Amino acid sequence: MTTQVSPKREVGYLSELLQQRPSLDVQAIGAETVAWLQEIRDRSTPIVRELAIPTTRDEEWRFTDLSSLLKVNFAAAKPTSPLPDISSLVLPEAAASRLVFVNGFYAPELSSVAGIPEGVFAGNLWANEIPRWRDYLAKLPGGQEVFSALNTASLTDAAVVWIPKNRSLEVPIHLLFVSTAGELPTVSQPRCLVVAESGSAVTVIEEYAVCPHPQPLSHRRGGQEYAAYLTNAVTEIWVGENAQVTHARMQREGEEAFHVGKTAIAQARHSRYTCCAVSLGAKVSRHNLEIFQTGEGTETILNALTKIAGEQLADTHSTIALNHPYGTARQVHKCIVGDRAHAVFNGKILVPKPAQLTDAGQLSRTLLLSPKARVDTKPQLEITADNVKCAHGATVSQLETDEIFYLQSRGLDADSARNLLINAFATEIVDRIPIASLRQTISQIVRSNPIS
Amino acid sequence: MMTEGSEVILSVRDLTAEVDGTPILKGMSLEIKAGEIHAIMGPNGSGKSTFSKVLAGHPAYEVTGGEVIFQGQNLLEMEPEERARSGVFLAFQYPLEIPGVSNLDFLRVAYNSRRKHQGLEELDAFDFDELIQEKLDVVKMDSAFLSRSVNEGFSGGEKKRNEILQMAILEPKLAILDETDSGLDIDALKIVANGVNQLANPENAMLVITHYQRLLNYIIPDRVHVMANGRIITSGTKELALELEARGYDWLLEAETAEVAV
Ligand SMILES: Nc1ncnc2c1ncn2[C@@H]1O[C@H](COP(=O)(O)OP(=O)(O)OP(=O)(O)O)[C@@H](O)[C@H]1O
Ligand SMILES: [Mg+2]
Repeated sequence: MTTQVSPKREVGYLSELLQQRPSLDVQAIGAETVAWLQEIRDRSTPIVRELAIPTTRDEEWRFTDLSSLLKVNFAAAKPTSPLPDISSLVLPEAAASRLVFVNGFYAPELSSVAGIPEGVFAGNLWANEIPRWRDYLAKLPGGQEVFSALNTASLTDAAVVWIPKNRSLEVPIHLLFVSTAGELPTVSQPRCLVVAESGSAVTVIEEYAVCPHPQPLSHRRGGQEYAAYLTNAVTEIWVGENAQVTHARMQREGEEAFHVGKTAIAQARHSRYTCCAVSLGAKVSRHNLEIFQTGEGTETILNALTKIAGEQLADTHSTIALNHPYGTARQVHKCIVGDRAHAVFNGKILVPKPAQLTDAGQLSRTLLLSPKARVDTKPQLEITADNVKCAHGATVSQLETDEIFYLQSRGLDADSARNLLINAFATEIVDRIPIASLRQTISQIVRSNPIS
Repeated sequence: MMTEGSEVILSVRDLTAEVDGTPILKGMSLEIKAGEIHAIMGPNGSGKSTFSKVLAGHPAYEVTGGEVIFQGQNLLEMEPEERARSGVFLAFQYPLEIPGVSNLDFLRVAYNSRRKHQGLEELDAFDFDELIQEKLDVVKMDSAFLSRSVNEGFSGGEKKRNEILQMAILEPKLAILDETDSGLDIDALKIVANGVNQLANPENAMLVITHYQRLLNYIIPDRVHVMANGRIITSGTKELALELEARGYDWLLEAETAEVAV
């Protein structure tokens, strides 16, 4: 295996990916929006041109080797016709508050916004409300990072959710990004913007899933059913003063997928952000979760569950950047790793001088199901404020013979015993998924594939 | 309750077993008939828990010789769960904590796997609830324990009572109680003993491992065995337990060494 990839090759690779961005169609999008999008693209394009796909020599990518990505040449994903069947992905709780994007393209036919009340906006970017979006889209810090910059430089559309001041939305909003893996490798770059104005409250489910291509493949190559695809997603969430955003992020990409996702959150004074991130799919996945505190007294709750097997690699890099006093942060990151899979977790919490009286806690727990399974976990607390309470812990465990035996001695067979214990490990996080039907689905997935 | 001619539940002959190459059981022999209660006593480290775990099928112990027949079946050939489903129950000396698994779910899964094995219909959550309320009374446990994770944060006594609750639900053919009385106050001891006595009947058998004669005031054994160095060195009636309480084990161990020396 050659890991030496010349920088030139990487640069070329990136600009080729950039070339796959959809063109901005004035007819469909409208001249004003096109001009605005072009402006945003133009700001990011030079950044992309300066950068390269990271290698394991980059500190932030030490354990996540993207060389297999470089072997694939991706073409732009296309909208499908007919549309795929998404019935298995529909959440009853959000049956009338769902935006669906297929291969990155908004699919109004599959979406349903009948349950979105007056004054709240949920729709795609082409709906033309640019003035109020201008200050938010592609405005969060961290946009210089290579995959975020690539996404922004390719910006074509976005799922937008806007909750006005003091409005508390009862129905959850489901943002569903479906990929229909096909015969050729494709790339799509979904984008979300969520703005919760001061005093508002909303629950958002952001989901990445694979759907069988509506047209059967004409031929199968070498036993491999679907080609690889790349999802490079960026989500920006603005949580206004005293507002509350509950966010579930489900990554259930297909087996052959590469998934890179950025979630950037700005938290104003006294706001509350709760995230439950579940990563199950993709061959290689990376989630960058970045919280920027913009006022005092914020509350940040990050829960995550990664369950991988086979040759999967799942990487989460999170940063909680505090900069004001009285913030609290609670993070629990759990990984279940089977076979030869590899989980990576890097959790930064930055507590500079101004962030006095911060109360932060981080816990990383990993369950390794096989001797070849691997985890690299690294807490990174950077604290310069002196009057703070910060704690972190990391555990790596295996299923204990004695625990399995105890269950067997009560009549459970070894597989059921293992599954019960795996499920028990996951429960803490699964229970915090804010939507009942989703909770059930995820718990079934966790329970159903016994990995050895 | 000893009756001639009643069915042999458990027959152990010359059983030897080791862990990581170290022999622990060195020729255990024992026979228990239906309707009988046997007690095993013996010093720390003599192999009592090892014996109970070998019977239950713990994978860490390797059986190197001898045989164990349970109701006519070769127990040693069965997986731990098959043994459980066929009616072998071990109340652990140190019951494990299983965070994230509710006690109620655990009990129902265990119960239904036994039912299924018996060719009976599995009970749904509703019917099981009724059964469990009745059994909770036996061990005087609050139903609040059902919604908690298995043994997590339970006190020592609560863990032991939870073991007896499991036993009461599973209604085993052979119940092995490994020091279920250790660390219990007198009230808890009575509750545990009461649970055992309610279960005991002419069709099943009990093997009670204990250090204390006190328990045997409440659970009257038919036979008392003394284990030392991996085997039974002497057996007797319940009076033997009283004698051990008064004199300790040394006189027996000395006699044993003297015998070996001869
Ligand atoms: N898994 C194991 N690994 C190593 N040694 C073991 C293991 N299990 C038991 N032993 C050893 O075997 C011997 C018998 O242990 P066992 O627990 O069966 O004794 P016991 O009679 O139950 O003692 P106690 O009265 O203290 O409960 C001890 O010397 C113990 O250290
Ligand atoms: Mg013992």
